[in-house]
Amino acid sequence: MSQKYDKLYRDVRYIEGLNACMNCGVCTAICPAAEFYDYDPRVICNTLLSRDDQKIENLLVSDTIWYCGQCLSCKTRCPRGNVPALLISALRHLSQETGLFIHSMKGRQQYAIMKTIGKNILSTGYCVHPDLVDPQLHPEQGPVWKWYRENTEEVSDKLGANYNKEGAGALRKIPKKNLDEIHEIFKVTGGDAFRKKVEKISEEKAKELGFHCEDEIMNSEYFFHLYTSNNETDHS
Amino acid sequence: MKLTIPDQQPKKTHWKDYQKEIADNNYYYERSCIRQTFFPGSETAFLKIIREELGLNIIDDKDLHTCTGIGYYSGIVPLETTMTVVARLFSLMTEAGYKNFVPSCVTSFGLLNETVDTWKHFPEELEKSRDFLFKATGRTFEIPENISHPSDVIYKFRKELKEKMKYQLINKFTGKPLKIVEHIGCHYAKIFPESVIGGAEFPQVLVGMINEWGGEVVDYPERRHCCGFGFRQYLVMANRGYSVANSKKKFESMKPYSPDFIVCNCPGCAMFMDKWQYTIAEMEGVTYDEEKKGIPVLTYEEMTGLLLGYDPWELGLQMHQIGTETLLDKIGVSYKAQEKYLGNSGKMLTAPEKPLNLIV
Repeated sequence: MSQKYDKLYRDVRYIEGLNACMNCGVCTAICPAAEFYDYDPRVICNTLLSRDDQKIENLLVSDTIWYCGQCLSCKTRCPRGNVPALLISALRHLSQETGLFIHSMKGRQQYAIMKTIGKNILSTGYCVHPDLVDPQLHPEQGPVWKWYRENTEEVSDKLGANYNKEGAGALRKIPKKNLDEIHEIFKVTGGDAFRKKVEKISEEKAKELGFHCEDEIMNSEYFFHLYTSNNETDHS
Repeated sequence: MKLTIPDQQPKKTHWKDYQKEIADNNYYYERSCIRQTFFPGSETAFLKIIREELGLNIIDDKDLHTCTGIGYYSGIVPLETTMTVVARLFSLMTEAGYKNFVPSCVTSFGLLNETVDTWKHFPEELEKSRDFLFKATGRTFEIPENISHPSDVIYKFRKELKEKMKYQLINKFTGKPLKIVEHIGCHYAKIFPESVIGGAEFPQVLVGMINEWGGEVVDYPERRHCCGFGFRQYLVMANRGYSVANSKKKFESMKPYSPDFIVCNCPGCAMFMDKWQYTIAEMEGVTYDEEKKGIPVLTYEEMTGLLLGYDPWELGLQMHQIGTETLLDKIGVSYKAQEKYLGNSGKMLTAPEKPLNLIV
């Protein structure tokens, strides 16, 4: 029986998400990721139930664990109460904690998400905000979004928002004292150390691959590489 | 091929085993990153409906912040951190003297329920979250007595609201009910089906509104399929094929039923169903209606507000990429087309560019 990944077996998402799998395959049948990628949540359950160190390590270094969309459709349907999406969350966390994420192309994308959503949370108090949805990075948002970005205050305040201003309301400026408390929570709970670890490992990998990194994403060659590129053999 | 909507009468009792309590007043409102960004008018409309139409009490707290849900579900924020951020939100609610938490976002709704469930199953995690929060901020908190989504609240008061409505979900040209696709956010119904009236397969929240207000629900094959957000599958451009492919699967499945519009209770789903129709039209020249205009997509607040007679340009329909004027005409909504791009200062803004294929 494996000891190497004990931490995984103590993760509440692992405890909640895995009972003996009866291999009915319902999770795979309804999984949006299984339809789009070479991905099978039933196999994830079986691999974890094996408690085989090597098989689990193979998952941690693979693209596979990054395919799930976290819709949790699997939670509703499994007759045994298994939740492959929760197992994936636990595996993704472990893959980053152990640095193994850096071996897969999809895993390396975590750096791009850290530099967008992660940075947004700490600098603005929002995961998403109109100022942060750049049309260059989001062409799918179309011309109305571009128009909104050019006229954000005129339009949003007409709709009752309080764009980048003090006080309550949609799109308000989040006061510094609240941001400071969020920063403290990240420090105390390990969120900050986790982010720094993933960024450090990513920046070392960028150097190895010959990419330049900048904190400002629009100037960061590595960010754009991760954000826009796919391994064409596996993800064409 | 045109398909007719099957008789749903026999299914009407399937959902009755799944009921939930929805608080009837004194709500602590948590704004949503996505809804504020893409549908700020919807949050304004919800507060107006609660306060002015229903005469109920709801607080809009200036100290709110993200729940970190998008970061958590994309794997960049550890569980302990997210649960402690949620604990801070609960602390704000406690400090304000409220017990009924109403999160605007469906991602938040799922995350809050997941956090409370984790605390229930693992009391040591609750103690850890309490300790982390106190150490970081000196705060304490109570767990909400009731967590309901704002769409639950509108559902609860759908009959009272009907009394105040100016319009119904009836096509004024044909006199027939409008055919409506209701799309429920996965994190509303699939994580904790027991927290949803009707469970995951027969959620009543939007169906109840549509039926009460005169419309007809479209029961199409991919009705419960995810919109395709997928968190990291959308947040990274290289992965967006996943996201658009899932929405496309839904559009193709609903097209034969010729829906008049789509209504969503999740802000992310509403945005994706709107923007991916534009993307598909521009990439492939394909739309899912006869007129090449696309199928309009509304939030449930926009649908409710329109029927109550609110101005479409104050609800924010000018922010939709798929035009809504054809739908407004079918409902019979009175609106000034020339004021669509009027700004808050009274200045007439230059209209957005027109897409190549999609007719707006």
